[in-house]
Amino acid sequence: MNEKVLKKLSILANAAKYDVSCSSSGSSRSNSGNGLGNTVYGGICHSFTEDGRCISLLKILLTNHCIYDCAYCVNRVSNDIERTAFTVDELADLTINFYRRNYIEGLFLSSGVMRNPDFTMERLMKVAKKLREEYRFNAYIHLKAIPGADPELIRQAGLYADRMSVNIEIPSEPSLKLLAPEKDFASVYKPMGLIKNNIISAKEEKKKFRNAPAFSPGGQSTQLVIGASPENDKLILNLASSLYDNQKLKRVYYSGYVPVTLTDKRLPALKQPPLIRENRLYQADWLLRFYEFKVEEIVNDENPDLDLELDPKLSYALRNPHIFPVDINKADYEMILRVPGIGVKSAKLIVASRRFGKLDEGHLKKMGIVLKRAKYFITCNQLTDGHKDILPSIIRRNILNEKHKMLMKKNPYQLLLFE
Amino acid sequence: MTTFLYDKTFEGLLTLVFESFRLKANADVILGKRNYQVSLLDNPIEIETDIEKAERVWKGLLTKTSKKSAEMIYHAFLSEMDGVEMWIYKYLKLAFSEKYDVSVNYREESVLQIKQIQQSVLREAHRMFMFVRFQRTSANIYFSPIQPVYDVIPLIGKHFKNRFKDQIWVIYDTLRNYGLYYDKKNVQEIKLEQQNYSKSSGKINASLLEEKEETYQILWKNYFDSINIKERKNLKVQMQFMPKRFWNYLPEMNE
Repeated sequence: MNEKVLKKLSILANAAKYDVSCSSSGSSRSNSGNGLGNTVYGGICHSFTEDGRCISLLKILLTNHCIYDCAYCVNRVSNDIERTAFTVDELADLTINFYRRNYIEGLFLSSGVMRNPDFTMERLMKVAKKLREEYRFNAYIHLKAIPGADPELIRQAGLYADRMSVNIEIPSEPSLKLLAPEKDFASVYKPMGLIKNNIISAKEEKKKFRNAPAFSPGGQSTQLVIGASPENDKLILNLASSLYDNQKLKRVYYSGYVPVTLTDKRLPALKQPPLIRENRLYQADWLLRFYEFKVEEIVNDENPDLDLELDPKLSYALRNPHIFPVDINKADYEMILRVPGIGVKSAKLIVASRRFGKLDEGHLKKMGIVLKRAKYFITCNQLTDGHKDILPSIIRRNILNEKHKMLMKKNPYQLLLFE
Repeated sequence: MTTFLYDKTFEGLLTLVFESFRLKANADVILGKRNYQVSLLDNPIEIETDIEKAERVWKGLLTKTSKKSAEMIYHAFLSEMDGVEMWIYKYLKLAFSEKYDVSVNYREESVLQIKQIQQSVLREAHRMFMFVRFQRTSANIYFSPIQPVYDVIPLIGKHFKNRFKDQIWVIYDTLRNYGLYYDKKNVQEIKLEQQNYSKSSGKINASLLEEKEETYQILWKNYFDSINIKERKNLKVQMQFMPKRFWNYLPEMNE
């Protein structure tokens, strides 16, 4: 079996790599009985590829056969590539054996659409079912829901999965229809809504009966492709925000478009994927989820796109000089979180420590809080008051100069994912 | 100047704290007995580890703070860092002298130090959850060598026990020469008498491997290479999250 499986693995992993999600978080499944594996709420990364991305799950396609012809997708039917498919047994065997060696947290199974949506969805479900029931596998399973599949098949899949996802991919309907004529928003939102409703009713059941089965307990996620179509960041972040609020998604992933064709005039001819923009969108997404920002505070009609040079929190601060400086010793936790350069961890340290006495610059430095940016936006006892009258344009220049100096020392093309 | 000598165990250090309070002798220097070189300038106090005295200090700490905060000093102790005993000593002196729970008062240097050292130790323990790589032997034992910078073996048994309940495994610290052995029931500490692996590559002698072990390593390496997006190459971030010191023992990073 080895040569055959090896070849399938390289084709079907290669075809799965554009799905950026690899998270194994959001679910805590214990290893009940004497089975194999569990999940930990925060997730665990097991390795990092040369592109700097985490490997947490065996992220793989069941097949790269596909009946659809989406221009942005490497597996589109009109693309002349080698096609193959795993059997249910092969996938189960790979998952178990990788897991037992601590290579992975579990399985992320996606697929091209083979024959029809039901046929494909049933196969995906069967892999998960085999792992759970025959191998007593309690580790993480992420399954794709195939748009157009029978709701009953999606429901069954959700009983085995820790997380499910349906990818929107193209962030506006006109662009989606242009690039993927067989798809529209309704076809994507239908399974998403189905999953949402199943999750809600499973949670309700769980309140009444402790043994009620969980449905996709880690929630659901989706992915938006960035830069394959002309939508601005305002539209993208508003879409993300509505997905969090209305569809109750756990995560929206942003994937900088990696050109998969050079001949299709409907797609831009990018020299390299828009990685900086993608990074800024993730930062903005964090502000939405963990920092209590609203979309209008990050992007609006005057600033419909994120500033590529500065992170969105810093841009926000420079656009709103009237709310700074923030007094570290008095301000609310939420306000401290709004200071550029101060993250959740630092804000918590500050709030915990200041109960015992006033904090000054020395305390902040010892706590490991980097003041390079924060110093322009805070006061604490004696320090940094001097900065409060500096014009935002000058702060911007100072910070960019410092950043430039740092980048010149290092490789100019390297950018940390989360600053 | 008073120097205290102890046996480099956590219980020994707690006994030392007990004795220092009882004798009303402030410890200015704390050293391991083995590291101590006799000098004419001081007359060190040598501590005999006493579990009962250690327990009294531990229980005393638990009246001051939660179990979770108390564990902070144990985690920091496992760092084996130079001077960590002194920080723990100062921390305990502070904790016992104040009426309130000092464990989150990061304005105090000893609290902040202990907290930061603990975080480093826990990060290293988490890296074992990430980078342990089991090799299956023909005797059906899953073996993984590790080389953590801190002594994290006492912190990782539970995680692997919960996860790999139905397989026999060994996780072995090849620097400190001891490890954990799980027999599908209990986890216990072991010391291997024979070294059946290469300390540099972590590889078990080929003759002892289960026949398909190498195949799965090849499949894994193949997966690792296939899932990478070449257009997004970013070796700096890769190295930041997966420091080079771990690479030796990772099959995906070797030929």
